Amino acid sequence: MSLWTVVLLSALLGFVLKFAGYLVPAHWLEGPRMSRVTTLLPVALLSALIITQAFTGDGGALVLDARAAAVAVTVVLLLLRANFIVVVLLAAAVAAGLRAMGSG
Amino acid sequence: MSRAEQPGLPESDPQDTLAPERRREILRQAISVGAATGAYGVSFGALATAAGLSVLQAQALSALLFTGGSQFAIVGILAAGGAGSAAIATSSLLGVRNGLYALEDAQFLKVRGLRRVAAAQLTIDESTAVGLAQPEESGKRLGFWATGLAVFVLWNLTTFIGALAGNALGDPKKYGLDAAAAAAFCALVWPRLRSADALVTAAFAAALALAAAPHTPAGVPVLIAVIAAVVVGVRRHPGLHEKPIDITDHPAHPHDPDADRPSAAGDPAEGDGHSGGRP
Repeated sequence: MSLWTVVLLSALLGFVLKFAGYLVPAHWLEGPRMSRVTTLLPVALLSALIITQAFTGDGGALVLDARAAAVAVTVVLLLLRANFIVVVLLAAAVAAGLRAMGSG
Repeated sequence: MSRAEQPGLPESDPQDTLAPERRREILRQAISVGAATGAYGVSFGALATAAGLSVLQAQALSALLFTGGSQFAIVGILAAGGAGSAAIATSSLLGVRNGLYALEDAQFLKVRGLRRVAAAQLTIDESTAVGLAQPEESGKRLGFWATGLAVFVLWNLTTFIGALAGNALGDPKKYGLDAAAAAAFCALVWPRLRSADALVTAAFAAALALAAAPHTPAGVPVLIAVIAAVVVGVRRHPGLHEKPIDITDHPAHPHDPDADRPSAAGDPAEGDGHSGGRP
């Protein structure tokens, strides 16, 4: 399989997956149960994404390192109602600082 | 960036016009998410060319596939000598969640024709997260479009730089950019966790993903979390929201899912365009 085949086929499939969500008829998603599920879907997916990005290593095993420390700081800042940009910058600073000190 | 406010929307509710400070706030979020994500484009471009892709092929992935997780998976598999079919399969598995985001994004974007094609292409973690973090419908639309466009432009620009120049910046982790991305997603999901349903869903989803991660291929742990949304959404006690003492899921709260989504009485295709408070 040529590299161009890989590039273009994965791009085509990626777009089809995105577009498919827009083609689902609106009435399929109506009704209290289905609309609750679709409302909760992004919350579930993004929470799972955060957890896998911040708390797992290469093999998928649980890892607590500089990322976890940064997320802990993030939660504290959010509880204190800190500004969005402050939260993002401080999280980066915590992770970068811990790594610079060699622990993470 | 103001395309979310342009004609083509079904109705212009005067309450749905964004105050200038809200616009600025949303645009600031969009730009900071775009900048944090964009920095990773340098890494992607550098890794892609190191894996044997041409500059044009790296650029084609960033412009056409445009979903970071899938793109990194492809170059990772190719660099390790994996088969092209494995690269395509993993990329697609990671891309399924974009289609699931689209189910909810379609509800507030209300797009048709070419705009729908553009919206689909920009449907990624970042645009969805910033869109959904906004309380009002017009805010969601502005958040989605502004973030999608900011990430698209910066991601493609930095892919080009990385592909040409190699990774002059070094590993983005050195600057804590991986933690910045996780923090941004936390901050964007945060306002939605005031509803008890959403909080339970998030905790359940996180637990499922952690449990699945060591045993499943890339992309699957996040998809397994769909179970959390389905279980919580379907099995909710019908009378729960009527209980007077329920501080976390207050009936008057704009994030109460039952108050937010009256079943549309009008044209089903238009949805409930008048409810500005849907989470």
